[in-house]
Parts: sequence; structure tokens; C-alpha cells
Amino acid sequence: MVNVKINGIDISVQEGTTILEAARQAGIKIPTLCYLENVSDIGACRVCVVEVEGIDRCVTACNNVVEEGMVIYTNSKKARLARRTNVQLILSQHDFKCASCVRNTNCALQDLASELNIREVPFKELLEKEEWDKNFPLIRDSEKCIKCMRCVQTCDKVQQLHVWDVHNTGGHTTVGVRGNQKISDVNCSLCGQCITHCPVGALRARDDVERVYEALEDPDMITVVQMAPAVRTAWGESLGLSKEFATANRIADGLKKMGFDYVFDTVFSADLTIMEEGSEFLERLPEIKESGIPMFTSCCPGWVRFIKSEFPEMFPRLSTAKSPQQMFGAATKSYFAEKIGVDPDRIFSVSIMPCVAKKDECTWDGRNDVDVVLTTRELERLFRASLIDVEKLEEAEFDSPLGEGTGAGVIFGVTGGVMEAALRSAYYLATGSNPPADAFKEVRGPKPWREATFDVDGTPIRVAVTSGLGNARALVTAIKNKEVQYDFVEVMACPGGCVNGGGQPYQDKNRDDMVGVRTDVLYSIDSNMKIRFSHENSEVLQAYEEYFEKPLSHKAHELLHVHTEEH
Amino acid sequence: MSRLKISTKDQAQSTMDSMYKDLERRIIAAPPGLCPVDVTRSFIRMCLAQSCGKCVPCRAGLRQLAYLFDDILHGDATEETVEVIRKTAKGIYYSADCAIGYEAAKLVLKCLDGCMDDIMSHIEKGYCVYNSDEPVACVRNCPAKVDIPGYIALVGEGRYADAIRLIRKDNPMPSTCAYICEHPCEHQCKRKMVDAPLNIRGLKKMAVDHAGDVPVPECGPATGKKVAIVGGGPSGLTAAYYLSLMGHKVTVFEQRKQLGGMLRYGIPNYRLPRKILDAEIASILSTGIEVKKEVSVGKDISMKELVEGYDATYIAIGAHTDKKLGIEGEDAKGVVSAVEMLRAIGDDELPDYTGKRVVVIGGGNVAMDCARSSVRLGAESVDIVYRRRKADMTALKEEVEGAEAEGCNVLELISPVKIEKDEEGKVKGLWVQPQMISSVKRGRPAPKNANKEMEFIPCEMVQVAIGQDIESDYFAELGIPTKWGQLMSDTTCQFEGIQGVFAGGDCATGPATVIKAIAAGKVAAANIDKYLGFNHLISCDVEVPPVDVREIVPCGRVEVAERHASDRKKDLDPIEYGFSCEEACQEAGRCLRCDKIGFGSLRGGRVHKW
Repeated sequence: MVNVKINGIDISVQEGTTILEAARQAGIKIPTLCYLENVSDIGACRVCVVEVEGIDRCVTACNNVVEEGMVIYTNSKKARLARRTNVQLILSQHDFKCASCVRNTNCALQDLASELNIREVPFKELLEKEEWDKNFPLIRDSEKCIKCMRCVQTCDKVQQLHVWDVHNTGGHTTVGVRGNQKISDVNCSLCGQCITHCPVGALRARDDVERVYEALEDPDMITVVQMAPAVRTAWGESLGLSKEFATANRIADGLKKMGFDYVFDTVFSADLTIMEEGSEFLERLPEIKESGIPMFTSCCPGWVRFIKSEFPEMFPRLSTAKSPQQMFGAATKSYFAEKIGVDPDRIFSVSIMPCVAKKDECTWDGRNDVDVVLTTRELERLFRASLIDVEKLEEAEFDSPLGEGTGAGVIFGVTGGVMEAALRSAYYLATGSNPPADAFKEVRGPKPWREATFDVDGTPIRVAVTSGLGNARALVTAIKNKEVQYDFVEVMACPGGCVNGGGQPYQDKNRDDMVGVRTDVLYSIDSNMKIRFSHENSEVLQAYEEYFEKPLSHKAHELLHVHTEEH
Repeated sequence: MSRLKISTKDQAQSTMDSMYKDLERRIIAAPPGLCPVDVTRSFIRMCLAQSCGKCVPCRAGLRQLAYLFDDILHGDATEETVEVIRKTAKGIYYSADCAIGYEAAKLVLKCLDGCMDDIMSHIEKGYCVYNSDEPVACVRNCPAKVDIPGYIALVGEGRYADAIRLIRKDNPMPSTCAYICEHPCEHQCKRKMVDAPLNIRGLKKMAVDHAGDVPVPECGPATGKKVAIVGGGPSGLTAAYYLSLMGHKVTVFEQRKQLGGMLRYGIPNYRLPRKILDAEIASILSTGIEVKKEVSVGKDISMKELVEGYDATYIAIGAHTDKKLGIEGEDAKGVVSAVEMLRAIGDDELPDYTGKRVVVIGGGNVAMDCARSSVRLGAESVDIVYRRRKADMTALKEEVEGAEAEGCNVLELISPVKIEKDEEGKVKGLWVQPQMISSVKRGRPAPKNANKEMEFIPCEMVQVAIGQDIESDYFAELGIPTKWGQLMSDTTCQFEGIQGVFAGGDCATGPATVIKAIAAGKVAAANIDKYLGFNHLISCDVEVPPVDVREIVPCGRVEVAERHASDRKKDLDPIEYGFSCEEACQEAGRCLRCDKIGFGSLRGGRVHKW
């Protein structure tokens, strides 16, 4: 243990503890900006500087470790002067027209400036101009970038795609797409993690809220909306709602009040995905066993973009099943349209996703099965812009026949969920009887790379689950090098799965804790569900009976699977 | 009123003088990879501040150039801007009244000539092609990319064996380099911005002198591939070491009696003790390298046999033949080449120069080695004859100073004309023509005839140390591309269109430094491994100590102490003392840890494996 004194408080901390962490343990807050726990402690912003007795210059708290006998002042004259100057300098290179910024009221820099009581910036405003394709799902606003390098660090270290890089040197140093390329020309997976890790509004997803209003305001359009499982875990966070209050059914109520004609649940099509993907897996299993190369899940578009750019030779190993979003869109504009007797062209299909890549995925098949994808953050904006008093929302039922979901479909939103759901039904499909619903819990948990072997009707099924593209790269590389062998592998591009998706609300302060909270929401919904097996979803069974015949039928293939060239 | 007064500097002027000194150090320690446009622009501004303002081109022209460079940097320029800059700079160059103006213009023209790619990238893409991707200056400047901040931190903690392990990841000859490396790592050391560069070689010496016997890492599983190394000098041994660690079966073919190349046959014991060299070679060989001594490729074994018998071949034959003066009397008895003389010493055949007057011709490190060895071998006097000035000598400053301290005379600005023989054909003396230093040619002031009378230096012995050549005829005849004797391998040590034959070190670059030869060996090992179809990575599991919180207080640089000249010149024993613990700790503590602080913390100050 190391003994230090911080602002007069004596505290004993573990050796190797940073000044920042020691102060936190002493109940003292040191402001930070560029720092990201476990990802970045490069000390770029110099906001966390503190004074250490005996040292003339200030010391950064995020990346310096306490030493025995250290006497630290976190808010001394020196520290305050340095910190204020640095925040003012950052503001001199930041377009702080906060009112029209996506991060207004949810911005680390805004909070910091306010905390430090900065009311003027004595410097010349120096904003950097850069052109950007505003139609691309990921948008960078150079005038807002504060060069904290969090995006660079996140993309380098977590996702390992190295999309962002430092450009130029000296006073002109900035962040840009690697090699000064266009964002659409590089291997960006559109995972959106750079957006959720950006402390300001420099990175954002394309906002499509107005397109939804146009459809809602068009009397000839029938508006259909679906929402992904993970959306219900987080939508209330920045609206100030508790987890208990912010249920999926209250979203349904809100969407209906806004004027959507049909409010459905993507959990329905998650169950449908399981039927198709589970059946496909059993069909492909002999070949998988023979080749020693697994089938990969295909429901995460960030992962699909990743495999296409990084391991194209593995592309055929993806399941051909469409993602729940796309299956939903396809079912809406075929089965559902027929059922309610309208021309599919009159249906405007909206999906609400915790994801940025889904905005891209809906354009892949060229069929417009889904017309607009909104992120969870846009749902929040939609609520606000519709002047809906969210605290007064009530629990409303989803519409039928695409509104029912099972616990298996719900856990799609968390890493390992697709695998668990698929195994629950694959077991049934292979044996004709249900396993205990929690039989495959081994694939849960925070470990970046989890593997398990389950016996399904006498056949050992080796599965692996990972999330985060850095982990995915390691796993696929190991498979390629024959270091590991699996039959079925689930990959989610965002660490932790969709609950931590790039389209989820910003959580600058306690991101890691929030992933755990959101994960628990989904597991608790699952365990409280009456039906926890996709193959028992009555509306899914009805859809097969009335329209799709059976899993992997000709019609199912046509509508619910991709044909390689479409991806 | 007095008629005159003694001028004194006021406080502001003294402050400025001190700032100029700070800036001078800062410019030398400029971090690598800076934007040429940005730097030139700031240079122009400084030049402009120096202008007296009298003449138009300097006062108004430099200011316009500064704005024009702003335009390039801010993306407001076109190709036309470059033309305006060029014409303006030429105008200033042609017409400015004094050096402040025309030299500034030359700087700008130099930038246009040398950095056009970057200028165009700024104009067309608003993007600089340079970056700080190699943020740690010492590592960047080390040809072998040794983890310098890492081992300095380890030395600071007294973890000498770990320091050796870490160095060996990139350089299997830490002891050799601790004694004789030219330490390019120190050149741009960021510490120079504070006071002076770290004494990096001194710290490495601390590690090697105190580490004891550090076993080499275990070799990887045998690959079944065989690699032939032609030449057992630093480059060949380095390649052999890494290839052996990777699991390949390596055989070194050495034409002389012993391994070491120029380390043994060019560098005297007092600089690199044989004991140290032998131990270093033994540790390299302990990886399981086979050695065939006194086998000359081209005579005793053919390249054909190597190519057929081995999966890859690395040619690292060095540069071992002497250059001739081409003057009358060079055939006299008593004229020896540096190569000949040092080679004999290398095999412990020590000549006796007692009572002889020796003249050494040349101004490089080899000339100093000859001169200082001659002193130790009993010479009555040693004169070092050089065409240019002492300041122009290519030898390290400390080598020249060391030679002088040991009693050698440096005779500058004289050019050898002929060697006079006596009746027996023995050297009687050297006729020299006094030179004057004159115009700068290819970046260096060149000498020319001073039109003074020839002088005669009586002596019994003339040592010629004016450079070495490469014995590459055999390889050239086999079709390996050569130019002026150099094997023309590329920066990957390969030849276009030739499979499985690699070359590097002095034979590919001309006589250079040991660390460059080691670097080539490392590059060759990696590329040979790849050529053989593998991707073995060399790494080291030593953990580098974290950075401690401390005040950076300006502090002098500790130098490696030497034995007193009058004492050391009597024997061939090593001349340097090592650091004490206090000296090493203070020196290591001066390291600014660019691996962890500054850009290193973002772009990674460390390459963990290669």
C-alpha cells in the first residue's frame, strides 16, 4: 500500500494506483476529458492536472501513479490556472454553438466548462474546416473536434480497424480518416463506437428523424415501426426515466401517440431469425464438422462489414439468414402487407436500433424492406420533438401479428444472446424436446472470448462467442490458423453486444457500469418471460403456417435469407 | 563627457542571447517527422524578425513569403501560389542587400526543391504527408531500433541483465555497441531541449559491465531450413543470431581465422577489448550457430554450392580492402595500409614500432585507430596528416581529442604528394603540399592548393587510412548487381529478381558504422524468415518500469571517464572507465521517457516484437 495526502486527506491505496483513482477513493473528483478508462490515458487535454508538492510543474492525474508520501492538491491555484487555461484553449478550437448540437446537455466539454465556471474565452476562435459526405451514416464535424484522440484510441485499441488517425503536425495537428481517405473508402465497420466515445459532438450518426416525420405526416402512408431488444434497456437514460419505468411497452405507447399505424417488436423477428438460422446451422453442420470452419452469425451489420473488408475469404461462412431487422422488414412488406391487404409500396417501415451500421444494412438488399433506421438516440429526439411527456406514458401492447416475442429473442441484445437463443431452439429442432431454458448460460459473462461445448442429441456442438472487433479479429485469426475449432460462432461488433451499441445513448461518465445495467435488464426480461423459446412464439408459428411454410422453405429462402451478392 | 565607452549588453540583449542558445539546442533536438511547410513557414518568420528592415526584398518579401506559406498550410493555395513563392524567393535572393535576406530566400528555395511532394499534398488534399509516427527520437535514429528508453529505465533501476535482454531483442551485440557505437541515438535526444542529450552509450556500458553472464533466449522449434551467412562480422552474426532463434539452421562462413570482422580486424583492443568481443560472439554462437572459419566464399566454396546447399544466403562480407593513395613512392618499405596493420593486430600479431616516426594519412576513425595504436606500439612520434581542417575530420571528436592527448600531432591542411625512399627502398619521409580551405563542395568546405612551398616530414613509416573498398568482384561476376564495388541490395537486403540471396552491411553501403551493419543483419533475418515461408516474431518479455512523477531540473550530462592519457597510451588495455552507480542513476534519471510521455503515449513508444 502507498500512503498519500490529497487535499489534506490521508489515504492509503494499492501500489500502482493513478492519482486520479486515488483521489476518487478519497472522495475527490478530478475533472478529465480525453481520459477513457482502459482505453486512453495519453494525457492530451491536460485537464486532469494536479499539483504535487515539491514539483514545480503540474502533473496529470490520469496517467501518473501515486508514490509514497506524495502530497497532492487537486484544485490549487496552479492546478486551477492550468486547467482553466486548457479548457479555454480547447474551447477556442471548438464550435460551441451548443443549442443546435446533438450533444447539447449531454456533452463532456459543456459540463466541464460549466463546472469550471468558464464564462468567457479570451482567445481567437480557430475552427478547422473539412468537407464531409452528410449522407454517410457516420458524420464528422471538424469544427467541433477537440483532438482528444478518443476516437483514434477506440478504433485502434478496441475495434482495431484504425479508421481514424492523427493528421499533420504542430498547430495543425488534427484527426482524420487514415491516409486522408474518404470515410466511405476505408474499412469502417460503422460500429459507431467512436461516436459513443466522443466527448463532444464532433462525431455523430446521420439524423433521419425528419424523414420519419415526413412519413408520419403523409396520409397515404401506412407507418410500421419495429424496435430492437437493446433499445428498451437504454431509451429512458437521457430522458431521465428509471429502468423500471422505461419499458418497451411505454415506447410502444409513445410511438402510437406519435401516430405510427403499427408498432411491432423486433423480438418477433429475432425469434424468426432463430428458426431460420438454427435450421440452417443444423443443415450445414455436417459440412462444418468436415471443414472444421464454423458458421458465423450474421445479425450484426458491423460484424458483416468487418468480415467483408478484413476476412473476405470467411464471408461464405456467415449464416445466410437475414438479421432480425431485415427479416422484419421483409415480413412487413410481404406477409403483413398481404394480411392487411395493402400494396407493400404504401408501407413505410421504420426501425429503431441501438446501432449505426443498421442505417447502412437497410440499403444492402436494394429492396427497401426497411425504409428508415433510427438510433436509440434519435428515438429520444423523436419523443422530445413530438412534445411527448414521457413521464406520462403508459404500458401499451404491441400490435399483432408481428408483436409477440420470447425471452430468447429478447437476449439478442446482449453478447452471447443469439447463441443462447439459437441453442435453445437447435436443441429442440434436433431432439424434439426443450432443454432447460438456462441450459446454455455458459456463453454469458464479461469475458471477451467465451467458448463452450454442448451436447445436442449426442453431437458435441462447439460454440464461441465474442464481441468487439479487436476480439473478433483475434478469434477469426485463430480459426484461420486452425488454433481453435468451433461449429458455431457469434460475433457482435460492439463490446458487450447491442446494449452497448454505437446507436445507444451517450454515457460519458459511467459507460462500463451502464453496459452491465443494460445487460441485466435483458436477462431479467428473459427470465421473467412465460415463453423463452423462439420455436414457441405463436405469432412466428402462425407466420410460417400462413405464409412462410417452414424454416428454409423456398419462400423463406426468398425473403428471409440473403443471396451472397446482396450482402 | 567621455569620448568613448565600453559597450555592455543590457538585460534584454543577454536574455535574447540565452534564448538563441536554447533555440539552437531545440532545433537540433527537433522531433522527427515534422511538416516541412509548417517548419519553413516558422523559419521565414524568424528570418523576418532578424531583418533590419532597410531593404525592400527582405522587409516586404519575407513577410509576403510568410503569408504565402500560411496559404499553403490553410488550404488556400494553388499551384500558382508555389510559382509566386518561387519567383518572390528568387527575387529576394537576387536582390536582398545582406545575408539576412538572401540566405532566408535560399532556405525557401531549398524547401521548394526538396519538399515539393508535401507542398503539393497540402495544396491538393489539405494534408501533410509527414507525421510523427516514430515519436521516440533515440529509437528512430537508432538504425537497429533498439528500445532505448526501455533499457535506460532498467539501468536506472539496476536491472542490468533485463536491460541486456531488452537490447538483444533488436541488437545481439550490446557489449560491442556499449564500447564503440557512434550513438546516433543521442543526436536528437529531446533532453537536449532542457540541457544536453543523455549519455546513452554510457548507460548501455553500465548495463553490459554489470549484467554478468546473461543467457540468450531459447531457440524456436527447428524449421528444417538452412541458411548460409557469408562473413562473420557484426552484420552476419546478427542475422545468424536471429535466424537461429527463429529455428533455422545457420552456418557462418568466415574467411579469416576468427569471427568478428572489422570489430576484430579494424578496431583495436583499447577501444573494444577482445575479451568483451569474444564473450559477445560466444553468446551469439550459443544459439547453435555453426561456424566454418578460414573458408573463403569464391575460393574454398562457391556461391553455387551455397545456393544449392542452403535455402537462403546472406552476404555480409564487409569492406576490407584498402584504398591506395596513388602517389609516387607508395611502394616503399614502411608504407602500410590501415587495413593491413589493424588486421595483424586483430590476430594478435603485434608489430614493434619502437623508435619509429609514424605518419598516418587520413582523418577518419580508422586513421585515429592507427595513430593511437602506433603510440601504444612504441612509436617515437605520430603525425596525422589531413587535407582539410581538423574540424572537418570525419572521425568522432572524442577520437581526435583522445589521439592528441596521447601525443599524436594533427597536421591539418596538408596533402601528401610523394613518399621519399632511401637506397634500400625504405620510407625516408613524406612530401606534403600545404592546402587552404576553400569553397563548399557537396556540403563540405573543400581544400585547394595554398600555393605555399612543399614541406617534408621525415618518418620511417607511413600508414594509409583513406578508406576501404569491397571485394565484390566474385559476386559481380555471378551476376549480382554492384556499383563501385557495392552490392546493390535494396532496403530489404534483397536484389530485384534474385531469389534467396540477400546482402547487407558495409558490403552493401560502403564502410559505415557497426550499428548500421547490425541493423542490416536484423532486416535480413526478418526477410529471410519471410522468404522461407515463416513469420517468426522476435520479442522480449522484460517489463519496462513505469514513469515516476518528478521534476525536470536542468542537469549536466555525465561523460564516461577515461584513463589519463599518459597512462593509457602505454598499453592496449581499455581506455574507458564505466559509470559509478551514482553516475548511472543520475544519467538514467535525466531520460524524459519519450516512450511514455508526449506523442509516444498515443502512437506507442515501443515496438514489442518484429
